Amino acid sequence: MMDTNQYLDMFLDESKEHLQSCTEHLLELEQNPEDLAIVNEVFRSAHTLKGMSATMGYEDIADLTHKMENVLDAIRNEQIGVSTEILDVVFESVDHLEEMVMDIEEGGTGQKDVTTLVDTLNRLASGEELVAEPKTSAARPTQAAITPTASAGSVALDDFEKTVIEQSLEQNFNAYEITIELRDDCILKAARVFMLFEIFEQAGEVIKSSPHVEQLESEDFDTTFHVILLTEEAADALQGKAMKVSEVEQVTITAITRETLGASEEEEAAEKAPKQETVTPKAQKQAPVKKEDTPKKRRSTGGNSNKTIRVNIERLDVLMNLFEELVIDRGRLQSIASELHNQELNETVERMTRVSGDLQNIILNMRMIPVETVFNRFPKMVRQLARDLDKKVNLEIIGAETELDRTVIDEIGDPLVHLIRNALDHGIETPAERVAKGKSETGTITLRAYHSGNHVFIELEDDGAGVNRERVLGKAIERGIVTEEVAATLTDKQVAELILASGFSTAEAVTDVSGRGVGLDVVKSTIESLGGYISIDSKEGQGSLFQVQLPLTLSIISVMLVELDKEIYAIPLSSIIETAIIQSSDILNAHNQKVIDFRGNIVPLVDLKEIFEMEQNEEQGEFQSVVIVRKGEKLAGLVVDSFIGQQEIVLKSLGNYLQSVFAISGATILGNGQVALIVECNSLIK
Amino acid sequence: MTTQEIVDSKEMKVIVFQLMDKEYAISIDVVTTIEKVLSITRVPNTPDYVKGVINLRGVVTPIVDLRQRFGLPEKEMDDNSRIIIVTTEEFDVGLVVDMANDVIDIREDSIEPQPEVVGTIESEFISGVAKVERRLLVMLNLEKVLQPIKRVSNDER
Repeated sequence: MMDTNQYLDMFLDESKEHLQSCTEHLLELEQNPEDLAIVNEVFRSAHTLKGMSATMGYEDIADLTHKMENVLDAIRNEQIGVSTEILDVVFESVDHLEEMVMDIEEGGTGQKDVTTLVDTLNRLASGEELVAEPKTSAARPTQAAITPTASAGSVALDDFEKTVIEQSLEQNFNAYEITIELRDDCILKAARVFMLFEIFEQAGEVIKSSPHVEQLESEDFDTTFHVILLTEEAADALQGKAMKVSEVEQVTITAITRETLGASEEEEAAEKAPKQETVTPKAQKQAPVKKEDTPKKRRSTGGNSNKTIRVNIERLDVLMNLFEELVIDRGRLQSIASELHNQELNETVERMTRVSGDLQNIILNMRMIPVETVFNRFPKMVRQLARDLDKKVNLEIIGAETELDRTVIDEIGDPLVHLIRNALDHGIETPAERVAKGKSETGTITLRAYHSGNHVFIELEDDGAGVNRERVLGKAIERGIVTEEVAATLTDKQVAELILASGFSTAEAVTDVSGRGVGLDVVKSTIESLGGYISIDSKEGQGSLFQVQLPLTLSIISVMLVELDKEIYAIPLSSIIETAIIQSSDILNAHNQKVIDFRGNIVPLVDLKEIFEMEQNEEQGEFQSVVIVRKGEKLAGLVVDSFIGQQEIVLKSLGNYLQSVFAISGATILGNGQVALIVECNSLIK
Repeated sequence: MTTQEIVDSKEMKVIVFQLMDKEYAISIDVVTTIEKVLSITRVPNTPDYVKGVINLRGVVTPIVDLRQRFGLPEKEMDDNSRIIIVTTEEFDVGLVVDMANDVIDIREDSIEPQPEVVGTIESEFISGVAKVERRLLVMLNLEKVLQPIKRVSNDER
């Protein structure tokens, strides 16, 4: 392979983008099968991908994309109509391409056996219906397993091609194996091949050639080659036409019958099987000649794409670090200026402050990306899941342009997948059940994202069955998550939230889709580890609403700065419920654990000084400052010396030397250049 | 990064620093900068020799007190104290030393294995001893000195 390593990252990024764009447009096409402009979009992406992968030397990708292009081309030239079956095949191709790209990303070669898929695509491109195989997607994988080495006569035939031939025989086509021998002194072999193919293509459909058509075109064969042709024409007429081509020595036409198809199998298995490949690319290359309208349908590239450059996230981090340095120096400059009372200096510092404020916004915004990058894989997933489950589901996405910091984006994909799977599997009922309940046959899942304050909300709403109180409680009691006494007192919302408890799974039968033992509790803990929060609202029979609240970014967070014996610590606001000043006399002792009564809840107190190995004041004052924090439903009160105030800070890691420090999640740099540590509340609450 | 090859002269540049009355050396290749004493933020629940973290031009960098790391008597930092910032493949760490004296070239063949009695510090931290004129330099094995700190205490909480 040529030395293309330096372009690999770019190739991977762009391939993923193009595949994503293919998927999106294919889904759109499914909704509007008449809109051929969409096909053009898919074609454009596929075409670029083909070019890139060929340049990079990933021939399997190039090959598969090429075949996919043929189908798309046929669709946009209105040779074949858009149908679910065709889209299934194209979707599957995109899946395979994605796998190949992933393979390359993981250091693989990007090779994959996609012969059967290629054949299907070829058949589609040539306008054949997939009549005999209504369940193509299900049937194909098994074929893939058995076909790779099948061969037939002078031309290797796999099961799939045999099926094709059988089907055309049924439809009263003739199937011929044509052996052409060119004269030994033939000079323009490629030209003769081209002329012969012209004849064959006019007469019918070439489904295979041996050697491969590309080898034929590059004159990479001796004097003889074989072609499998499906046609309505008679053998004699065909032979006559073929013989008219100059420099052809001999044309032998053998009819392929059902008997020869069956019999050929064993005898030819022994013969050396040329690499199976098909001839349709030829047909594609000829298409522009045959159809005058093709050229003008070639797309006009670009137009709606924004001008962008790619920047490594690490560079943005460096930029961010440098900017923070600047902010710290700015602070010093401000204090110097205020001491000197120099008018000009003051004005300059003020200006600098304003500019650097704008700069800060820009830098932070550069790290924000639309949540779309996570959402855009869901439509395809929902489509597939709905088919697997025999349910009818419509996915609506609202607010995909909502922006989130990259650090959060990277983490929320999996939890959302889990929630969507759950909604499809347990939420949405089967069409029959829905009709019986007087709902429309098609269920609706709405995925919504929006900003509110310092948070991003992502909501997943379905109009399915909702949470069944009795069943959930029954299961929760059985699993020992709640006791019967407690169960009776719970509100419907509390019951609904039980399904997030660990060890809970409502699926009566374990299904493929969700309910694999790891329940929604994983979702809950992931979201909480991001400093987020999840809640459920559910009305039985009407559906459920899962609401996920996330911080805008993980690199800049809001904290409450507190003082502990001259040291400053930061407590993330996302964990804080409120701050309180309590009287020391209100502190109670329960089992050696200090607790307070906080709005009717018994909340354990945690002495941060003790946790952080500080000297204890001998006698505590009359009042104590307490920060009430939560981990999920559980609360704790952190005792501190005093509150300093709320501040936006930049989250920094402690580095690899201090790999894990108890109750400290990271550090930040304060305005005065000092480092303050960030308290990890989750580890302080049992 | 811990040892380097200087093909021709077979000499290496080292930074010489002092702890108590002894001189130590580390290869200049691993040293990023030498800082005067900065304000250190203590990190609780770490070994004593981890003094805390500093803000080194926007990067939070842990600081190790070499005296305490070697079990030598503690000393308040003063004007002579320096923080030598070393960079390994994994992380950056600052080392607190009594004094950073100078940078010198030493011949690689002047480095000898550690003699039996060299001082009080644990021998696993020492990769060898170099004799330069009348000075004796203790070469440090930084990989051993700077083992990453994993969850060190309070696990039971």
